Amino acid sequence: MKRFPYMIAASAIALVLGLPPALAQEEKLDPNARPGGEIVITYKDDVATLDPAIGYDWQNWSMIKSLFDGLMDYQPGTTELRPELAESYEISQDGTTFTFKLRPGVKFHNGREMTADDVKYSIERVVNPKTQSPGAGFFASIQGFDAVAGGSAETLEGVTIVDPLTIRFDLSRPDATFLHVMALNFSHVVPKEDVEKHGPDFGKNPVGTGAYRMTEWTLGQRLVFERNPDYWRQGLPYLDKITFEVGQEPIVALLRLQNGEVDVPGDGIPPAKFQEVMDDPEQKARVVIGGQLHTGYITMNTTKPPFDDVKVRQAVNMAINKERIVTLINNRAEPANQPLPPSMPGYDKAYQGYAYDVDKAKALLAEAGFADGFETELFAMNTDPNPRIAQAIQQDLAAIGIKASIQALAQANVIAAGGEKDGAPMIWSGGMGWIADFPDPSNFYGPILGCGGAVQGGWNWAWYCNEELDAKAAEADSITDPSKSAERYRMWSEIYAGIMEDAPWVPVFHEQRFTMRSPRMAGDDRLYVDPVHIPINYDYVYVTDVQ
Amino acid sequence: MIVYLGRRLIQAALILFGVSIITFALLYLLPADPVRQIAGRSATAETVENIRRQLGLDQPFLVQYWRYVLKLMSGDLGRSYIQRSEVTELIMSRLPASLLLMVGAIICEVSIGLTMGLIAAMRRGTVTDRALMVSSFVGVSAPQFVVGLLLLYVFAVRLGWLPIGGYGTWQHLVLPSLTLGILGAGWYSRMMRSSMIDVLTQDYIRTAHAKGLAGRVVLLRHALPNAILPVIAMIGIDIGLFMSGIVVVESVFGWPGIGQLAWQAIQRVDVPIIMGVTLVSACAIVLGNLIADIVAPFIDPRIRLK
Repeated sequence: MKRFPYMIAASAIALVLGLPPALAQEEKLDPNARPGGEIVITYKDDVATLDPAIGYDWQNWSMIKSLFDGLMDYQPGTTELRPELAESYEISQDGTTFTFKLRPGVKFHNGREMTADDVKYSIERVVNPKTQSPGAGFFASIQGFDAVAGGSAETLEGVTIVDPLTIRFDLSRPDATFLHVMALNFSHVVPKEDVEKHGPDFGKNPVGTGAYRMTEWTLGQRLVFERNPDYWRQGLPYLDKITFEVGQEPIVALLRLQNGEVDVPGDGIPPAKFQEVMDDPEQKARVVIGGQLHTGYITMNTTKPPFDDVKVRQAVNMAINKERIVTLINNRAEPANQPLPPSMPGYDKAYQGYAYDVDKAKALLAEAGFADGFETELFAMNTDPNPRIAQAIQQDLAAIGIKASIQALAQANVIAAGGEKDGAPMIWSGGMGWIADFPDPSNFYGPILGCGGAVQGGWNWAWYCNEELDAKAAEADSITDPSKSAERYRMWSEIYAGIMEDAPWVPVFHEQRFTMRSPRMAGDDRLYVDPVHIPINYDYVYVTDVQ
Repeated sequence: MIVYLGRRLIQAALILFGVSIITFALLYLLPADPVRQIAGRSATAETVENIRRQLGLDQPFLVQYWRYVLKLMSGDLGRSYIQRSEVTELIMSRLPASLLLMVGAIICEVSIGLTMGLIAAMRRGTVTDRALMVSSFVGVSAPQFVVGLLLLYVFAVRLGWLPIGGYGTWQHLVLPSLTLGILGAGWYSRMMRSSMIDVLTQDYIRTAHAKGLAGRVVLLRHALPNAILPVIAMIGIDIGLFMSGIVVVESVFGWPGIGQLAWQAIQRVDVPIIMGVTLVSACAIVLGNLIADIVAPFIDPRIRLK
């Protein structure tokens, strides 16, 4: 195959069709920001790992983003994609070839220059089953994925190094989410020599190209990130140093914040203190509120009676008083009427959903032949506030004659029950609810509502499978042309409306984020509720008390 | 003595074996699947099986247990599922903090408990006695989580005398030691009180008084050393008590010990860490009891090893 002319041909077509290669824009620095200073962030739990191939919890996600970079990234504080280590990229017209031109002169923390070889190595490492990466599945659209994931090959057939600063990905199907996948931590670039040197302990000795480098990790006590003097984004980060103090109860962290010892409590405002903080104007002024790519929902096992009857599921949808549930958690969320959260592209503002209507719900249940109701089980996680929410759901169900007994279990046990076909008739997802991996509507479908997820050990706890919608989802995701993204999002809105007609879920609420900061911390409010950086975007925030 | 020691060591080994197999079995029977936690929600069934095979979790229970024991013999506790680090390293990095906390707690409970018990015995039947005994009762029954937060609020937040949680200096050690020690102090004060009352009715005390010795001398030179012995012999057993207490206290104060490690591991079903911490705790309890038994006859000649 003549690779080089092919690429030129592809970009030529792209240009003709109005798909100019996307270029990185100049970084705009905040004119008010002063470089220097340090901050203290606290966490209850020690950090599990800082290996981008392994780390997959909300705590290390943002930390890894500050130590490593990927080909793609998002505009700070938004869900808008932008090139990061890539200087530019091109997508072939059929949406199956993505070519990235790398930024020259980017250095790892170990001083070596990053090249296309490192990008290839890093992605193959994630897909390799020996790495045991939870992110391997995201790369399934790359040609040769099955061979590497199955252990029969070491290198991905679909990844080609064109020259030291150009890399091409050939996909087995058009994938509109591929640029988002390239922005995931799992795609972050790691230097082979350091991975091999530390082996499984690379996660404790991270070396990347990111804005900060890790200079200390005392297990169970603290981690220290210091400014990377060779960072390729000129003038960033603003802070010289971030200390993460771990092992701190959220309530203790809040007391220390009030005492001026802490800048951001990483676990947020503890529920018991929430009202107190929000009632105090001085403290409330330092809380930044923002949306989160999260939905809390109730699943109903659509394969087992009585929930195999759509009328029963719709009746349950009408029976749940979501406003009341939201008040149970001090209004830290907004009621939901569809699976997608409002800050997600594809969210349908006009969609009304099922209104709370007990009489209508009863009538529908009677129509389905359950005029006297029935008995069932509701599984929920056993940590506050989930048992309380489960009780509220239980009461709402009782009002239409459904007697649900609550099974409050540890997180892992609920997840295990959901993954068994006979495991759980109903599950309240709180504490395990879906938070999107990337800001794209497809991310709320595949594993949790698509046919592919309705398998033993899967995350589709409603065991819902609508093949027509599955086909439509595949069609939507093959639209890779950025200029048609509005059309694609519209298709996704229709898919979710179709799901709500089948009512496998009761979408209950979308959690809001409440980030508290010390008076000395500054920067755009959006950086403190950044959709992809939780709790804050470490690279762009700054402090005001530096000389 | 040597025969006794040998018998006790064999007993200890049997206890540890029992603890290890019961914990291993309980974790095996848990309906949660650690492999799915590792594999994450985007993993295919194939990936999940692959990881299961690599970790040897597709093997029958006895094979898994046998492999674990074989590794254990060479001092290898395995690698954490979530953190992927050596469990031995994780535990060793946190053990000093827990030991330090225990030493602090022992100092607190002994000094507070003995003083309270002594005063109560001397003022037997008075209001002071009753007040002390009621407060010791409160100390024994108050949940450590509440005591910890209360102490933190009063001494660190309100008065600002001590740091609000953390680790590093002796100031950091005071409140967690006190929280952990208050429980033991309650028991010690009651034991000390009854032991002291018992001693004070002995003939040799009456003789000492009859000799015309000053009350203080009788108390400090004759009564106290005898009354204190049975109490001191209990300290070894406390180590077992602390093992459960440190989980709560370390969490409240952000103390980087193995209790905190255990708590985090339990929440994430990180089996190798849970196993490791359980075994280390079991060792500590067995060792504590053994030391208590061996030391007791040296402190108190009335006790003999059998």
